[in-house]
Amino acid sequence: MSKRAAAVLWGIAGVIAALAIWEIYKALGPDEGVVIGDVTVLPRTTDIAMPHTWDVLARLFEPVTRAAGADVLWWAVLQAAAFSLGIAALGWLIGVTFGLGIALLMQRWITAESAILPWVVLSQTVPLIAIAPLVRRWGSEITIGSFQWENWMSVAVIASYLAFFPVAVSALRGLKSPPSADTDLFRAYSASWWTTLRKLRLPSSVPYLIPALRLAAANAVVGTVVAEVSIGLGGGIGRMIIEFAATASGDPAKTYAPILGAVLIGLVSAGLVALIGVGLRRYTRGGAPA
Amino acid sequence: MTAKPVAVTVTNVDKIFRSRKGAEVHALSDVSLEVAAGEFISLIGPSGCGKSTLMRLVADLDGITSGEITVFGKTPEKARKDQDYGIAFQQAGLLPWRSVRANIELPLEIHGWEPRDRKERSDELLELIGLADFADHKPDQLSGGMKQRVAIARSLAERPRLLLMDEPFGALDEITREHMQNELVALCQETGAAVIFVTHSIPEAVFLSDRVVVMSPRPGRITEVIDLDFSSRDEELREDAAFYEGVTAVRNALHGGETAGARGVENR
Ligand SMILES: Nc1ncnc2c1ncn2[C@@H]1O[C@H](COP(=O)(O)OP(=O)(O)OP(=O)(O)O)[C@@H](O)[C@H]1O
Ligand SMILES: [Mg+2]
Repeated sequence: MSKRAAAVLWGIAGVIAALAIWEIYKALGPDEGVVIGDVTVLPRTTDIAMPHTWDVLARLFEPVTRAAGADVLWWAVLQAAAFSLGIAALGWLIGVTFGLGIALLMQRWITAESAILPWVVLSQTVPLIAIAPLVRRWGSEITIGSFQWENWMSVAVIASYLAFFPVAVSALRGLKSPPSADTDLFRAYSASWWTTLRKLRLPSSVPYLIPALRLAAANAVVGTVVAEVSIGLGGGIGRMIIEFAATASGDPAKTYAPILGAVLIGLVSAGLVALIGVGLRRYTRGGAPA
Repeated sequence: MTAKPVAVTVTNVDKIFRSRKGAEVHALSDVSLEVAAGEFISLIGPSGCGKSTLMRLVADLDGITSGEITVFGKTPEKARKDQDYGIAFQQAGLLPWRSVRANIELPLEIHGWEPRDRKERSDELLELIGLADFADHKPDQLSGGMKQRVAIARSLAERPRLLLMDEPFGALDEITREHMQNELVALCQETGAAVIFVTHSIPEAVFLSDRVVVMSPRPGRITEVIDLDFSSRDEELREDAAFYEGVTAVRNALHGGETAGARGVENR
């Protein structure tokens, strides 16, 4: 318990330290930033570039715009964050399922591994910016009956595209992790592939999967935010960051609100994955693999 | 099958491992052996002489290159599928996320026993290995000797008529080891199972076995089979003159032929 309390305290201390560094630099740094040659290595410290942390906080409780009936800012950010989190979660789910499926395929058939693994690795070298328009265009050609492809689906697909990779690679490693003595034992029991998978390979792969799921969650969030921007999907944090940035000179504190929203998504998704880890705790007894 | 039913026959078996580069290892050459039902056989010999390989062939964990093996009159594959043998390795190989009881019940679970029957059987086995109080512990809470006992209980779970054990006590200290040997003797008398037991220790082989099979490497083959006929196997036997005669006989067999070949065998 006290260990956990210490971890929480350290976390809070870290946040406070970050805020303090921000304010100290803002107070002491030169207005036009630190420039070496022609390169600005540290940002300007004007109120436009670096609003006070308390101004950012206070801004959250004011309306989004001056128009009558506008939502208060934190509520708008929260809604956008929830929207993006939903898409990221869907993308994560698809990515994890797909990654696990590919790993199983590669474990089951050695030839599948040599046929698929290079493509899995190669897939991640294609930049997100390049695939976003492609996914959108292909999607727009899908109409099955009354089903109509929508932009948010493209965003989820792109999020899953980033999420599946760590899962596929780590799951394959985990599925192959049981020592030959264990697989021999299951062979001696004439256990089927399916039984061996359920009772040996999947449980053994949990220590490999937990960090991969966390990484996949982070990738899904980043993928969602970036894809929202490049596909032009409104309603989420990605678009909000762009929209608010346009008003930066008039309302600098507002720019940071959706960024706080993005941080919130990250925290919530990490927390959810941690819960999965707690649920699977008994399979990580041996300690995490190297 | 008449007066003396046979558990395992090995007839003129060769085993050649081929690496992908085409290099060949002649692991076993013209090996023949017969194990009667209820008989305790030890395989002993220097490292690399093919003891594990021979055991794995009987267990159908590897395939033979030529020759023939039968297990209770069937092919090794059929015997494996019929669950005719129990097996234990040098490393206990317990699944860390399963309790002691769940580890013992693993083969029963895989073979579709009812939960009630599983529980009944694991209760018996826990009693037998003296770990009833540890049923709900996880393997990482046990000592090495306790883990090995669990692995042995697991190999006995389905009351196999044949036990295959590859250096099951190899990782244990001398005191635990002797204790485990005594338990194994008692277990075998109780269950009447035939045992093929791989070991590096001459006294261990002599203490446990009806026959000690001495092997030599490159290529792996059987050089001598030593019959031991002790009236009883208890603590007194360890001090008995007949026991030391057996030890000497095995040692001479190991050192016969090529002295250098006997490296890797413990004389304890
Ligand atoms: N899977 C394999 N592929 C290639 N060669 C193998 C394989 N398994 C065993 N061998 C070779 O077969 C020979 C016999 O090996 P084996 O494991 O049966 O020896 P052993 O008598 O059990 O030795 P130890 O006492 O060290 O356990 C060795 O030369 C080994 O290198
Ligand atoms: Mg061996």
